[in-house]
Amino acid sequence: MNKEKKILLSGNEAIAEGAIQAGCRFYAGYPITPQNELTAYMARRMPEAGGVFIQAESEIAAINMVMGAAASGIRAMTSSSSPGISLKQEGISYLAGAELPAVIVNMMRGGPGLGNILPSQSDYFQATKGGGHGDYHCLVLAPSRVQESFDTMFSAFSLADKYRVPAIILGDGMLGQVMEPFSVRVPAAFAAKKAANVSKPWALTGCAGREPNVVKSFYLRDGDLEDFNLRLQKKYAVMLKKEARYEGTMLKDADLVLVAYGTMARICSAVVRRLRKEGKKAGLIRPVTLWPFPVQAFLPKTSPARNFLVAEMSYGQMLEDVKLALDGRAQVNFIGRAGGGFPLEEVIAAEARKL
Amino acid sequence: MKKIFSRPESLRDITTHYCPGCGHGIAHRLVTEVIDLLGVRGKVIAVAPVGCAVVAYDYWNFDCCEAAHGRALAVATGIKRCRPDRVVFTYQGDGDLAAIGTNETIHAANRGENLTVVFVNNAIYGMTGGQMAPTTLLGQVTSTTPGGRRAEVQGYPLKISEMLAMLPGVKYVERRGLFCPQEIIKAKAALHLAFDNQLRGGGFSLVELLSPCPTYWGMSPAAAMDWIRDTMVKEFPLGRIK
Ligand SMILES: Cc1ncc(C[n+]2csc(CCOP(=O)(O)OP(=O)(O)O)c2C)c(N)n1
Ligand code: SF4
Ligand SMILES: [Mg+2]
Repeated sequence: MNKEKKILLSGNEAIAEGAIQAGCRFYAGYPITPQNELTAYMARRMPEAGGVFIQAESEIAAINMVMGAAASGIRAMTSSSSPGISLKQEGISYLAGAELPAVIVNMMRGGPGLGNILPSQSDYFQATKGGGHGDYHCLVLAPSRVQESFDTMFSAFSLADKYRVPAIILGDGMLGQVMEPFSVRVPAAFAAKKAANVSKPWALTGCAGREPNVVKSFYLRDGDLEDFNLRLQKKYAVMLKKEARYEGTMLKDADLVLVAYGTMARICSAVVRRLRKEGKKAGLIRPVTLWPFPVQAFLPKTSPARNFLVAEMSYGQMLEDVKLALDGRAQVNFIGRAGGGFPLEEVIAAEARKL
Repeated sequence: MKKIFSRPESLRDITTHYCPGCGHGIAHRLVTEVIDLLGVRGKVIAVAPVGCAVVAYDYWNFDCCEAAHGRALAVATGIKRCRPDRVVFTYQGDGDLAAIGTNETIHAANRGENLTVVFVNNAIYGMTGGQMAPTTLLGQVTSTTPGGRRAEVQGYPLKISEMLAMLPGVKYVERRGLFCPQEIIKAKAALHLAFDNQLRGGGFSLVELLSPCPTYWGMSPAAAMDWIRDTMVKEFPLGRIK
């Protein structure tokens, strides 16, 4: 094996580089902290890669530019942080309704309102339960390290194309700004340009030599919208079955299972190591996809523990999905902070020792 | 025998949902005639608005994208930047282009996007049932200005075309009226120029069409045409603005 090439970048920049390597050739964004490094990186790198970079006049314009680019068959992406993601919700609903693949990055900051610019996980509900209007879902991926931020862009773009859904990368300000060395490893299908040039017969390219294509989410005739929604639901059912992913650590013999995603999962994995050293049998479930939520991780055969501790940089959003997944068969505890702080390693460990 | 007049290939042979005397039908016809004339049907990607023309893609015989209300020029920007050799145009009402979408309109124009805009100004919100538009005339009665539009309360009719003409990125702006055959011929010539500009890489071109909405003006189709000629053009003078 070749020695892998490593580069040092922030999570924001790793996401941008990953997107470009995954074939993204259109980016539009509007400045907001803590994701500005991503936009700046794209401004420099996208033209080098032969793609289009636009600093849009607003998040609303950015997501609609992405809609146009995606409709024309190009891999397209936008990024923002919480208040800007709220503005994009109309556009995300239209992307879902028009079945357009696109990637939206949210490096979450404190809310509600203008909140602050510190890391947070308070947009979980918005990302996984809809956000905009209508019965739709986005694929939601939650990387927890810089390496994974880079890697996840390949799945984000290929799954968005495969299912024709918007994909959200749900990170936080900490992940976005931390710098770590990571290897620029491109999956074979992408390196061979196979995964980058998927055929999109529905795309708008001009109707020369074929019947005209229409990209729309409007179904006025009686019954048509219901039929369309049923088709969407079928697609979501397949995704629920096939795409839910998680990382499990020492679950088999654990008495206590911690559950956390993103930056919180890194803190919790340190907590698990510490508890194990002390002789307490702790394990960790780190959901990699937040929608579809990896319910399989919570089945008794995978995680037989009767005690769970959910840790979030929010006041308990993913907590609801954990409770649903466990369906009353185990005790579910919670520790969380929002508004800029997060539960520290010692604090979580102290809480865990009590359980 | 030589055929000298027929339905444009770019216009499908189906009945539209437009009210009798509506200007949208005329505007569709002109746009599709021009596209045929330029021989670019196979290269066109249109962006339809939210407004009475929301299902224009059912009538047009070329590729078409929906946009959320007001966002047509952002969507068109995304398409054109990715496919610069295609012919991309938006078709938008006054509410779509000059109220909810004002920001997208001004910035696409200011970036000098190489796009063509067909702006259908009927001084009303047709689709939602006749509410005040940014272009509603002073004194004009709508469902949300039951006593007529008053400058002190609702401000003045917005001259978005004149505003856009100030921007260096904008290459061509013309206002025409769809109220009599002579004027309709001039409107077609303006659309021709606006599409031709795009083909030559000229930049942002916009044609505003004063268009009758007999239904929500509360007039017969003939009276609506006369109202454009006698009243509307005083607020919105015809001719080349830039
Ligand atoms: C976000 C949003 N707000 C409001 C509406 C409702 N709406 C649909 S069309 C329209 C106004 C249309 O007026 P105009 O753009 O002038 O087009 P016209 O029907 O007159 O041709 C409105 C307010 C909508 N569809 N979406
Ligand atoms: S309401 Fe007015 S604009 Fe709409 S179709 Fe009828 S006449 Fe045309
Ligand atoms: Mg109108």
